[in-house]
Amino acid sequence: MSTLLDVSAVTLRYKTPSSLVTATERVSFSVNSSDRFVLLGPSGCGKSTLLKAVGGYHKPSEGSIRIKGREVTEPGADRMMVFQEFDQLLPWKTVLENVMFPLCVARNMSKADARERARAYLDKVRLTKFIDSYTHTLSGGMKQRVAIARGMAMEPDILLMDEPFAALDALTRRQMQDELLQLWEGTRFTVMFVTHSIAEAIKIGNRILLLSPHPGRVKAEVSDVDQVSATDGSAAQLERQIHDLLFAEPGHRE
Amino acid sequence: MSQARILMHTVADAASHTDNHAAESAVERQLSLAERLWGNGAVRKTLLILVLALLWQIYATILDNALLFPTLTDTLTTMMERIEDGTLPARALTSVKVLLMGYTAGILLAAALTMVAINTQVGTDFLETMTAMFNPLPAIALLPLALIWFGLGNGSLVFVLIHSVLWAVALNTHSGFLGVSRTLRMVGRNYGLKGFRYVAMILIPAAFPSILTGLKIGWAFAWRTLIAAELVFGVSSGQGGLGWFIFENRNLLDIPAVFAGLLTVIIIGLIVENLVFRTIERRTLQRWGVHN
Repeated sequence: MSTLLDVSAVTLRYKTPSSLVTATERVSFSVNSSDRFVLLGPSGCGKSTLLKAVGGYHKPSEGSIRIKGREVTEPGADRMMVFQEFDQLLPWKTVLENVMFPLCVARNMSKADARERARAYLDKVRLTKFIDSYTHTLSGGMKQRVAIARGMAMEPDILLMDEPFAALDALTRRQMQDELLQLWEGTRFTVMFVTHSIAEAIKIGNRILLLSPHPGRVKAEVSDVDQVSATDGSAAQLERQIHDLLFAEPGHRE
Repeated sequence: MSQARILMHTVADAASHTDNHAAESAVERQLSLAERLWGNGAVRKTLLILVLALLWQIYATILDNALLFPTLTDTLTTMMERIEDGTLPARALTSVKVLLMGYTAGILLAAALTMVAINTQVGTDFLETMTAMFNPLPAIALLPLALIWFGLGNGSLVFVLIHSVLWAVALNTHSGFLGVSRTLRMVGRNYGLKGFRYVAMILIPAAFPSILTGLKIGWAFAWRTLIAAELVFGVSSGQGGLGWFIFENRNLLDIPAVFAGLLTVIIIGLIVENLVFRTIERRTLQRWGVHN
């Protein structure tokens, strides 16, 4: 297992009209190839900001983010984002065109090659029937599947998922989690996943980074998460442990 | 161990409950022809126009004064005559030509201005200030000045047309760009798109509803401004436009021809609105499921 992403002592600050907010303070972690790395924490722990910094949208005020040894300075197609919002698909393009578009503009693939690869990944997320539909006709879960197919088709170094299932209804969310795991089994891509649901973190991840809020600091790291199982109650036990860790702190505001 | 019970329902069960209401419970029912016709906006509007035309005809016949209010049939007859002898088409063509010149120039200027505005703060400030100043100023008010600067001719007309198109289009395009969602912007940058490619591939299609609104408003402003300007002066190189046609015939007290001119103005406006813009809308906004 090689280190793919190295985040060392990263402090992220952003300006609001009236103040300078510290989102995360000296956060360090590293992600290996084929990891399903989950950032977990209550709101205000800077997990989304951290993910966007890896995406290249925020510049760290301290520390560095390196992917395969290269310093991250700006957004790029080697780190594909999957957002929570349904409007991340381009409404003026069909499902197929949405997946093809980044392949053409960022990978300089020919139309034919891009079409072939886009089709293959849309097959994987079981949207073959909808490739010629415009995105507004899709349900929320289908839109997120297109976004995942789009990210995976680019075969990026890492797939960055920012609470991709948070806006879905509970039934669809569970189904999507299962599908994501099946997809991972197929290609073993590296994924970084942000969530505020402990159960989702345990289900999706093999490693979980727990962050505490105001400002975001690393509280603990859980590894070998995929060893627990939902049937013998070990997953429920881990969930309780993580819950206690996150909310034990006196004076927390949740 | 206590356990929840699951009682399965079969399809046959459900069917037996609804047997009596089979007719109502059909999932889909064809609408009758009358219902479908009434549901069609174009049919309803055509009916409305026919009723108005009938009222016009009845009122004008009762009034019986062709100098004040000619009948619909008189107007249509005159219109056919003028179309046959080639005056109306020629006049309309002159107007539309000048209009397209001004409209295109206005849009190009608006594009340049918004491009600068979206990339620089000074550009934004400039656009906002200029729009605030000039948008409320009716373009026609600049005509006397334009006549001094550019003389009697198409130059003056194009100048006022640009003024009438530029601000509406620039304002709408710019606010459309600003309204593009953060997520879409981030998606575009994720693909490594920058500068002109970013504007052309992400911002313009994403802001297209606003841009189209701007184009429609710009077109309407330009059309009105042109006809008004032609009423003041409309002859360049011996060939006036529709506004001049109306003015000329009023001076000759040929009121049915005045009406025919007005009707032509309306018809061209309707054609552009309903054929050109509506088609663009159907092919883009409706297909994409986005609204403005």
